[in-house]
Amino acid sequence: MTAPLHDTSAAETAAVDVAADVPAKAIEGRSPWKIAWVRLKRDKVALAGGVVVLFLILVAVFAPLIVSALGHPPNEFHEDKIDPLFGTPIGSWGGMSSDFLLGVEPVNGRDVFSRLVYGARISLLVAFLAALFAVALGTVFGIIAGYFGGWVDAAISRVMDVLLAFPQLLFIIALVSVLPNSLWGFSGSGVRIGALIVVIGFFGWPYVGRIVRGQTLSLREREYVEAARSLGAGRTYILFKELLPNLVAPITVYTTLMIPTNVLSEAALSFLGAGVKPPTASWGQMLSKAKEYYEADPMFMIAPGVAIFVTVLAFNLFGDGVRDALDPKGSR
Amino acid sequence: MSETKDPDVTIPEQASSSPLSPSTEPLLKVSGLVKHFPIRKGVLQRQVGAVQAVDGLDFDVRPGETLGVVGESGCGKSTMGRLITRLLEPTSGKIEFEGQDITHLGTGRMRPLRRDVQMIFQDPYSSLNPRHTVGTIISAPFKLQNITPEGGVKREVQRLLELVGLNPEHYNRYPHEFSGGQRQRIGIARALALKPKLVVADEPVSALDVSIQAQVVNLLDDLQDELGLTYVIIAHDLSVIRHVSDRIAVMYLGKIVELADRKALYEAPMHPYTKALLSAVPVPDPRSKHKRERILLKGDVPSPISPPTGCRFHTRCWKATEICSTREPALTTLKTGHQVACHHPENAPDQAPESGPASGSASTGDTGKV
Repeated sequence: MTAPLHDTSAAETAAVDVAADVPAKAIEGRSPWKIAWVRLKRDKVALAGGVVVLFLILVAVFAPLIVSALGHPPNEFHEDKIDPLFGTPIGSWGGMSSDFLLGVEPVNGRDVFSRLVYGARISLLVAFLAALFAVALGTVFGIIAGYFGGWVDAAISRVMDVLLAFPQLLFIIALVSVLPNSLWGFSGSGVRIGALIVVIGFFGWPYVGRIVRGQTLSLREREYVEAARSLGAGRTYILFKELLPNLVAPITVYTTLMIPTNVLSEAALSFLGAGVKPPTASWGQMLSKAKEYYEADPMFMIAPGVAIFVTVLAFNLFGDGVRDALDPKGSR
Repeated sequence: MSETKDPDVTIPEQASSSPLSPSTEPLLKVSGLVKHFPIRKGVLQRQVGAVQAVDGLDFDVRPGETLGVVGESGCGKSTMGRLITRLLEPTSGKIEFEGQDITHLGTGRMRPLRRDVQMIFQDPYSSLNPRHTVGTIISAPFKLQNITPEGGVKREVQRLLELVGLNPEHYNRYPHEFSGGQRQRIGIARALALKPKLVVADEPVSALDVSIQAQVVNLLDDLQDELGLTYVIIAHDLSVIRHVSDRIAVMYLGKIVELADRKALYEAPMHPYTKALLSAVPVPDPRSKHKRERILLKGDVPSPISPPTGCRFHTRCWKATEICSTREPALTTLKTGHQVACHHPENAPDQAPESGPASGSASTGDTGKV
């Protein structure tokens, strides 16, 4: 502590400063969220991760605008950019030029930049929605198992054990191969995306559920729960007003750390051909295709690879920062 | 389950002891209160035993008084507190509050009564929700009971904060911004919000610094005078109990072994266990140190899963005789007003030799135990 190590001690010094600040700002209390935000702001690495995450989200949201300004439609063929003999892009670095920022795809000559930008949409959409789905299920079942205990807990815990032991990758590949082309008004990639979200989320909830259950088990023994009961509070009040606010922090942390895992899952499934259908761009699918040309056109592999790497790294750094900010001592 | 029958026999004795104050109707009347926590094992969750945390308590609490409850850790005093506030479901026995039987009331039926019976908790770090502001914490009673106090909730909360000696401007602060003593005051404000008649304080100061303990104890005292509260204070600190209580109940392994007025109990303890406890209180006078007779009890408190037969204290008692291990002494009132459960009480003629034919009611009750 005597020799400040900048980033590593940032969280600690933040906590000290917060305590020192309080008397100056009388009356208005500092909520645990405000304190966490102060800590997060001092964690430069996490902030950098957060900025990248924000940038990626903006790219995904404004993909059509970005592509119309800087690239070509993602599914447009440009055979003139392809060497007809080898099927590889003409020019060095995978056909990079001011017109095609990251070069063109082998064989079809589609714009790699545009496909990458549109691929971000798929990756983030699947990752976010699957995480939300998993968190929703995990929170509900975890809190029920933890609070009620007994046979309810035993039943839910066994279901979670089964799901955790389930070979989910094989299951998803098998499931996707039997999916119909259109379902409930969705068709083509829509069905695939929906299936990915549901399946990744469904196999993800036990991880959240276990954490929430464990936290609930310890929180329900706190005296403030007894205090609420001694005031005449019912179950609903205790679950939602007393316990849930204390669970939001671990849930938030787990959600931010779950998103990069889901990005990887989606990429892996698309790589294996169980993801979105071909014309729709996705990072995993681009990698899958790139593996066939990695000697002739390594650039095509680098673009989606770096995109996945940067996304996962940024989310992980941000998630770690959020965890440190919300939970500096690993307790409370 | 012979114990459950035991209390029925002792009820008339309890009644016969009340002539001490026949005019006042007890605020809380407890008879034969039992709480056993089942121990379950195996796939089928069969019950293989029970922790006999509280095993037959008889006492009453009179309006306006402070009843102190002392005993070692694990003697069941906190369980007793949670039973009379109905946070736990009694196994058997009866709890009457203002004449109403509240022994097995459900959450909904109990809710209106919660206004009159409140609880102060032991650990001020765990009894306040860290995600709620002080305002939310103290106004929770109004919200849960659907009451709008005069002048609005905020005004009332600020009044309560002032009452317990906190700055009413700190309405929007969070518990982590307060010290242990201040947090305990917040807990007290919450307990007093609904103007209860009976406040059960479970080790209200044991988690606090000694210098703060005095402040909180005095605050409780002042509030009692101001608001006419009745307290049941559970503690293991004999000096705190002596300071606050009017009457004191000493518990050992799920039973009350002695119940007497403060003065009588401290000056002439009747039960050997009480005497041993009192001898352990440090005397802040080095000169009288040599004169003190320090009684060191041997061994540990026996397991409440299989308590000793007869008098539960006989395994550690220096006065124990044959009868103590075979026959359970009932809580009987002696001439001095002491209620003692002992065959060989201190400072009093031995009960045991004459207990055979003379006090028939006690012995018939006890034989069931063996």
